[in-house]
This record gives sequence, C-alpha cells and structure tokens, in this order.
Amino acid sequence: MRTICFYFQVHQPYRIKPYRFFDIGDDHYYWDDFLNRSVIRRVAQKCYLPMNTLLLELIHRYDGKFKVTFSMSGTFMDQMETFAPDVLESFRKLVATGHVELLSETNGHTLSSLKSKEAFQRGVNRHQEKIKKHFDGYEPKVFRNTELIYSDDIGEVIAELGYEGVLTEGAKHVLGWKSPNYVYTNAHNPKLKVLLKNFQLSDDIAFRFGNKTWADYPLTTDKFVNWINAIPKQEQVLNLFMDYETFGEHQWAETGIFEFMRSLPEAVLSRTDFNFSTPSEVFAGSKPVDMIHVPVPISWADEERDLTAWLGNDLQDEAFDRLYELEALVRDIDDMDIQRDWTYLQTSDHFYYMCTKFFSDGDIHSYFSPYDSPYDAFINYMNVLSDFILRVKEKSKEKKLA
Amino acid sequence: MRVLMFGWEFPPHISGGLGTACYGLVKGLAHHNQEIIFVVPKLWGDEEPLADFVNASDVTLDYREKKFKSIWKNLTYLEVSSFLVPYLGPEEYQKFTDYAIHDRTDVDESIFTSKYAFSGKYGKNLMEEVSRYALTAAQIARDRDDFDIIHAHDWLSFPAGIAAKEISGKPLVAHVHATEFDRSGESVNPPVFEIEKAGMEAADHVLAVSHLTKNTIVKKYGIPAEKVSVLHNAVLDASIIKSKYQKKVPEKIVTFLGRITFQKGPEYFVEAAKKVLERDPNVRFVMAGSGDLLNRMIDRVAELNIASKFHFTGFLKGDDVDHMYAISDVYVMPSVSEPFGISPLEAVRHNTPTIISKQSGVAEVLVNAIKIDFWDIDAMADAIFALLHYRSIAEMFKELGSQELKRLKWEHVAEKLVVAYEKTLSERS
Repeated sequence: MRTICFYFQVHQPYRIKPYRFFDIGDDHYYWDDFLNRSVIRRVAQKCYLPMNTLLLELIHRYDGKFKVTFSMSGTFMDQMETFAPDVLESFRKLVATGHVELLSETNGHTLSSLKSKEAFQRGVNRHQEKIKKHFDGYEPKVFRNTELIYSDDIGEVIAELGYEGVLTEGAKHVLGWKSPNYVYTNAHNPKLKVLLKNFQLSDDIAFRFGNKTWADYPLTTDKFVNWINAIPKQEQVLNLFMDYETFGEHQWAETGIFEFMRSLPEAVLSRTDFNFSTPSEVFAGSKPVDMIHVPVPISWADEERDLTAWLGNDLQDEAFDRLYELEALVRDIDDMDIQRDWTYLQTSDHFYYMCTKFFSDGDIHSYFSPYDSPYDAFINYMNVLSDFILRVKEKSKEKKLA
Repeated sequence: MRVLMFGWEFPPHISGGLGTACYGLVKGLAHHNQEIIFVVPKLWGDEEPLADFVNASDVTLDYREKKFKSIWKNLTYLEVSSFLVPYLGPEEYQKFTDYAIHDRTDVDESIFTSKYAFSGKYGKNLMEEVSRYALTAAQIARDRDDFDIIHAHDWLSFPAGIAAKEISGKPLVAHVHATEFDRSGESVNPPVFEIEKAGMEAADHVLAVSHLTKNTIVKKYGIPAEKVSVLHNAVLDASIIKSKYQKKVPEKIVTFLGRITFQKGPEYFVEAAKKVLERDPNVRFVMAGSGDLLNRMIDRVAELNIASKFHFTGFLKGDDVDHMYAISDVYVMPSVSEPFGISPLEAVRHNTPTIISKQSGVAEVLVNAIKIDFWDIDAMADAIFALLHYRSIAEMFKELGSQELKRLKWEHVAEKLVVAYEKTLSERS
C-alpha cells in the first residue's frame, strides 16, 4: 500500500512594533500587539477555524483513514493562547481524535540550528514542554526544523535528541536523479529517517492552485488524482508539505481550495492505491531505500531551496551575528521577559523581512513582510536589538554582583 | 532706505534654509530701521509683520505694458528651453507671443490682465513659476516706485530681480545662498546654471554666504571678484538651550543630522564611525535624516558589522530635532560642499561640541570647532575620539562656543548689508 503524508506548518511570528532610536534604553516592550492580534484574528476567521472544522469532519467521515500532521511554532501557540483561544481549542479537538500527529520544532521558529547546537537544543526542549502543556501530555516523535532547514550535521543533532525521523525539502540539487517519494536516512546516522517534500505536487496546491495564468488551472481533484496515479508504482510515499495558511489565506476560499480538500480524500481512497499516513506511520511501514547526502543546508524557500531568504546579505548576517553573540549571556539570566524576548527575536521571519532578493522571489517576500523595504526592517530590528543588548548586559552585571 | 526684496519662502512656511536666512536678514534690517517690501510667490497670512509683505499671487498683471515685452521674450525663451508646458493654453499662448513680438492689438484683452496663483513650492512646474514670478515682479516694480534698491535671493528669484531692475532702473543686489554646484556636484542642471549666471551678471552687486561660495561664484560663473562680497549667516537666537530631554542609553552619542545625499558626505561619517568603534565600543552613532544615499549607508553599516552601534532615525522634525541635539555628545557635519551650513550653530546652542568640514562656509565663522577635510576619515575619527575622551577640549568648546554665538547675530549681518547697499548705490550715482 502506498501512502500520502500531509503535513501543515502553522506559524505566526511576533512582529515588532515601530521602534525608534529614541526608544532605545527606555521602552522595553517590542511587540506589535495590535498588528499581531489582528493578523491572527484574520487568519483564524479565514483559515484556522474553517479548515480545522473541515479536517475534523473528514477525519470522522473516513473514520481515521484520512489523517494529517501539524507542526506548530511556539510563537504561534503563544499567540493562540493570548489572542485566539478558540483556535487552540479546535486544534485540541483535532489532536484528540488520535489521527493527527504533531511534530517537534524549535520554540521560537528559529535559525539556531545553523549557529549554536546548545541554543537549538534548548529551543527544542522548550517547544516540547509547550506541546505537552497544550495537548494533554503529547510527545512528538518526529522533527521538522524551521523552514525545513536540514543538513547532514543538523540531522545528526536531531538524532542525538532522540527523534526517529525528520522532514525536509526534496531539493532538486540534493536529489539529482533520485525521487523524493521514498524514505531515506541521514548520511551520518542511519537511524534517523528522512522524509522529503514532493515540491511539484505540494506547490501545485500551495502556490499554483488559484493562479489563473497557470496552464493547469483550474486544479480539480480529478486532475490531481491522475497526477498521483502517474507516480511510478514502486515509489512508496507522497509527501505533501505546505503552510497551513494555504487554506483560505494564501489561497482564498473563493478559489475553491476548501472544496478541493473536501473531495480529495474520497478521490484518493476510491481511485488510487494510496492511503493517508502520518510520518510516524510512514517510518513504521516502509524501509529506507538509501541515505541522502546533504552537506550544505537546504530549506523549502524560494527557487534556490537554500538559506538565502534569511541569511547571506550584509543586513541579515549583521543582525544574526549580533543576536547570537548574546547567547552565552542570555542563557544564565533567569528572567521571564528576557527569555521571552530572546525567543521571539530569534524568529526566522525577522531575517526574512531583510531579504534583498527582489528579482527572483521578491513578490513572495513583500507579501509576507509588514515593512516597506528590507532596510526599514533592518533598522527597526537593530533598534530593538540594541535595547535588548543593553538589558542583557545590565542583567548579567546584576547577576555578577549578586 | 527702502528695499524691494524678492524671496521664495518665508517662515513659518519653509522647506529649507533659505526661508530661515531671509527671516533673519529681514529681522536684522528692521532692527536698523530699514524698510523692506518683501515679495514671495505665496503668502499664507501668518508671517510675522516685519516687512511690507507682497503676495505675488495677488498681483494683477497687465501684459500690454510695452516695457514687459523684452522681459516676456526672455522668459518665453526660458520656458521653451526648459521644456515646460506654458501657463496659457497653446492657442492663447500663441496669440500672446504674437502680440508681444509684433505689437498687435487685435486680441482679446482679458487674456492679458490676469493673476497667477503661485504655489510657492519646489514642484514640477518650478521653472514656469520662476518665470511667472518675474512677470509679477515687473508689474510690482512698475506699480510702486517707493524703493531704492532691489535684493533677490537665489536663482528662483533672480529673474524677478532682473525684471524689476529693467522696469525700474534701480540697482540690483543678487544674494547667493547656494549654487547649482553645491546642490548637484559637477552634474549641474544647465537652465538653472544659466539663470544663476544671468542673475549675477545683471546684478550691480553680488552677496555670497561664505568665502567658499564667493570662490565658486568667481571661478565657475566668471563674476569679477571685486563685485562679490561675503555676508555670513547668523543665528536667530544665540541663547543656550537647556533641554530637559534625557538620553536613555549609557553610551556617548555622535550625531550626523542632515539630508543623506552626496553633498552632505554621509559615507565619511560611516567610515569614521567604524574607526572609532574599533578603539572604543562604548559609543553610539546616529545618522538622522533621509535621502537618496540612505539605503547605501545602511548596507555599508551592516557590511562593517557596526549596526548595533550605528542607528538610523529617518527624517526628524519638530521636537525630535532638538532632542537629537540635546542627547548628542559630538555633532559632525562632514559636508563635501556646504555654502554655509547652519546646523553646527544649532549644535553649539545645545552645548554640543562640533566637528565640521573645511569645505563648509560655517567653518569661516565658527572658531571653536574642530575642522577637518571631509575626506579625511582618520582625522574625523581622531577628532571624535578626542572630543569623547578628553573632556577638557569638549568643555572648552562648550564655554567658548556659547560666547562665540553671541557675535553671530543677524543685527551684525544686517549692519554689513546696509553698508553694501550704500556702496552699491553710491557706485551707481
């Protein structure tokens, strides 16, 4: 039996309020509560609530034959708790069906795996605690890193943390002639299994679904099922990974995305030899075919599937380096506000806003950014970071004196 | 003496330093009991009643006045050469040029008496407004004969000054606050250059805001040096400002405040900041303002890895400007070319030690400041470091700077101006 693995990423960053030079040393609250609340309320109405309702209905209708997987960032869970307890409640209901798997990630949706093993592990532990707290003691077994960032080395660290598998991008330059539709293993530690995103079929739903200039528009379940049936018989698993906000937010309800998802399980179950699984079930049911070599980190972003959406230009590197210089100091400070801000400041989105790749993927970047330009994003972030540095130094001085 | 003065803006409605300088000058002249008829393209009604204000938008032009013909011919040339849509519709425009050139009378007269509503802004139709303003000036000069001398500020009002001189036969003083070379480097805008040159050539006397500017006028515009005299700017209020605004960071602050453009030399400030931070990390640099080089400066700051100590505030206005001066420990003006540059004097009023480039006019009057070449980033870094660490220099500058300000009053400037007027008049008679 072949299987489809649906995984949805649920994430919202804590966006920073307009923070001026004059505020440095004076105003220690950085977060734009109004904007963050209005974003999450809007997305709740357009996506989280209706899509959760639909998924719950499908799980019940197919009596567990249809199942999905979520990864929720810590910053999302925190905002849900504050601004949208109704959304949290509906996710709890989904998880309680037993047909929804939750993945592990870093609490702050951070890029720490690229910088500091220790910061990374601490972030992962915090996330686990949060999942446990919100979802009735749930313990994730499978890992997904921020933006599906993965390399052989990162995989090794994930294996050390005790996970049986990890999800990442089926990047062309890594796969070469190989297919993403198999289970692979980490190149250093064969115990860690790796699932690769089929970006062709995933992006047909996530990016191209409502695009009227796309040759295959409109995408119907018939068409999609035909493509699934065209996958060579020996290939085992189809990984459809995407942002959860695809449903109703990136692709509006008017595009018919909800109807598509409503009828997809029926079409797949009746007209293909695929069923639905969660990553843990895939790992339990299939044998890895080979190891996958990823010497240089990959991600699921942009055409390049590399890290250049977050790091690489001078603005991003400067902000990133200044932030992680603080790690050793922050670690020893027992202060809730400092720890919270440290987590939220690490969120990858802040670095994404500073991206200057205007020509290839600039439109996607500007769609997600609350700033007019990467320069504005950089200035605002650095002002906040400058204040944070002052607070951290102050606190660690106090600690030394005590 | 009665002075017919043409300006472009007057406080409180100003967009640049020209309005402030006109205000100071008028105030100073009033102090010496000189009478001024001050013409601006647009009056708002809330100007301080220091002069007999004339709103150019209220003046009715009589285009049939024969004397205007030569002016009009020159102006049509100006408008045509600068590729601007004329104010009149194409047909009316044709009729009018016909009338002006061939002295015809068979056209509808209502076209030729009209008012022109000036915006008084530096907008798209600037060239058109400048020439309309000249026609209005001619009308004013014909209507009233109660002045002895004409004084025009910068190229925007030079055509007005020339026209008024032609109609009235009174002498003209052209006052240069900035030249096209300061604004645009070597890539000057030819029509603007031509107007500047024509204004200075037509003038009986030329005033420059600094020796630096006089030098430009002599070298680039070919005006004889003896026809040009230097009249430095001053401060409106020489009192020391004791701000209650407190700085909120422990580090010392070094500030650049101005437009982030080629003329102001922001890149030298960034490079000097890097050098200072290498030796002393307990300093914060602030670049306040905006301009076409802003993003390039941000890139450079990130590239030098100093962004957690180098901040950008964007354009500041109102109280924020005062706050910025108040919390600064050193103020730097590294201008590549600055005819005068009033902002270091503002810094002195806030008791902030200043570093200014030798390529600025203010360097000629401000003694108690460190002066460096704009390109010499080592010297700039040294000076910043010294002012931050050797308190004695900074204290000395504070003390002497405030005394120095008291000598930089508009009354003194106006006194010199009256002498220049008298000399100009006596040379004519």
